[in-house]
Amino acid sequence: MTSNGDDAVKVVPVRHYSRWAGTFVVLILLAMLIHTIFSKIGTGINICVRTHGLRHCHQPQRWRFYWNVVFHFFTSSDVIHGLYVTLELTVAAMTIGIVLGVILAVMRRSQSRLLSSTAWTYTWFFRGTPVLVQLLFWFNIAALYKTITIGLPFLPVTFVHLNVLSILNPFRSAVLALGLNEAAYMSEIARAGLLAVDEGQIEAATSIGMTRIQSLRLVVLPQAMRVIIPPTGNEVISMLKTTSLVSVVGVTDLLAAVTNISAVNFLTMALLIVASIWYLIVTTILSIGQFYLERHYAKGALRNPPPTPIQRLRGDLKGVASKYRTKRGVPAEVPT
Amino acid sequence: MTSPMVEAIGVRKSYVGVEVLKGVDLTVTRGEVTCLIGPSGSGKSTLLRCINHLEKHDAGELRVDGELVGYEARNGKLYELSDKRICGERAQIGMVFQRFNLFQHLTVMENITVGQIRVKGVKEDVANAKARELLARVGLDGKEKHYPAQLSGGQQQRVAIARALAMDPKLMLFDEPTSALDPELVGEVLDVMKDLARTGMTMIVVTHEMNFAREVANTVYFLDGGVIEESGAPKDVLTNPRTVRLQGFLSKVL
Repeated sequence: MTSNGDDAVKVVPVRHYSRWAGTFVVLILLAMLIHTIFSKIGTGINICVRTHGLRHCHQPQRWRFYWNVVFHFFTSSDVIHGLYVTLELTVAAMTIGIVLGVILAVMRRSQSRLLSSTAWTYTWFFRGTPVLVQLLFWFNIAALYKTITIGLPFLPVTFVHLNVLSILNPFRSAVLALGLNEAAYMSEIARAGLLAVDEGQIEAATSIGMTRIQSLRLVVLPQAMRVIIPPTGNEVISMLKTTSLVSVVGVTDLLAAVTNISAVNFLTMALLIVASIWYLIVTTILSIGQFYLERHYAKGALRNPPPTPIQRLRGDLKGVASKYRTKRGVPAEVPT
Repeated sequence: MTSPMVEAIGVRKSYVGVEVLKGVDLTVTRGEVTCLIGPSGSGKSTLLRCINHLEKHDAGELRVDGELVGYEARNGKLYELSDKRICGERAQIGMVFQRFNLFQHLTVMENITVGQIRVKGVKEDVANAKARELLARVGLDGKEKHYPAQLSGGQQQRVAIARALAMDPKLMLFDEPTSALDPELVGEVLDVMKDLARTGMTMIVVTHEMNFAREVANTVYFLDGGVIEESGAPKDVLTNPRTVRLQGFLSKVL
């Protein structure tokens, strides 16, 4: 069967009636959604004017979703500062989480029973208690330790002497709480990545004389990254939103910033929309970053790496063009 | 008088309760090709891995190039070598695996240079030049930028041989190098190994390729149940087997 030439056999595609019906329903629902998001409603305040002895009343309209208010506060300095604190918390907590998580994962694989069970116990403890409890715990840690003295146990030797209240301000205790909690989850993710690398890779690295640390750094970790990145992306996005808990210990993050504003003007919904849009924007940027990071670490794992969205779009356009050409009897280009 | 490249006397090795090597004696002369044959589970691969210290043998004496593997004899005691010294010893022994084990995230070029640069401290341009020369030798020039997944099994195994040779080994170990290959790809790998044998490289080859053993090997060892049942020149061992076990084995594989 050929698709070119005059004697081509006509192919009748299958009709997907239920798919068309579903598409139609979804299109209607989407239209309704867009309509309601951008609709206006009465404010409930009647304004009456008397002209030539006649009384005219009308109700001013406002956006149902307070778009003008949202727009007004979207880039206000308080909101931007809150956003900045949220990003700072996310980056700092994830850095602690990833570094400590990888160390814990490597400890879990150690031949030493003490090291591996210490790592296990850490994960057990920090996964086993709610992150909100941990946040409050580190915030109030000064109740247990007013000062921290690092020295040798049972010996009169001290190296460092620290005042807890002066070093652990609310922001730092929040970073500590979120980071230590995250490390427990990251250690499991990193462990899964290390387990996914074939034993033969380590043997090959060993056979050309690499030390254990070299084979971990040059051979195992780069390949584990492929498995580690997707769930880590999840964790970063999840952390971005978990940081909204820090308002309980008095850190002014994005959510706290908008609540402070709405406490004054009572436009709660409008300001929650402001916060939501910012969270969505950051999440979107993070997802794009994740895509390209995944692509980078997929090097060599696939014969043909998946196309980037831009390449795919170009391919789609080419596909449509060639389809159009076949309809007119010109043979389609075979996509490569 | 030159000492043999590898000398094993009564080497034993057990994994949790199962004794895999039950006292193996073996001598590999410099510049010669030694083939280890035998049924699966007979201990061939384990012996090879002990020589490279990927496994620690439990008893007996194992020497490579006159030095004890993994230990040092001083004042009548055996001292275990530090990880660093063992790595140094391994770097001088090339190993080729059944499933190639190329580094999947590195290009062909990087696979061959990573050991030279990171382990031997060779400069990058020198390592690259050497890698190109080796790729030409195994018939793969032009594949520098490919990733292992883009190559056929035979090509991957030839890269693996080049990777091992890049470390300038004094001894090459082959652990069933053609067992994971499609039949039509076996020849290209065996050809590279024959070339290598011609250059005077000392090689120990665990193999099921009896024709290769007959053609290239100087000595053939037949292992069964963790002991060496028979050894000698291939024309004697493979043509006129003395033991019933070897006769049975050969009748199955030939």
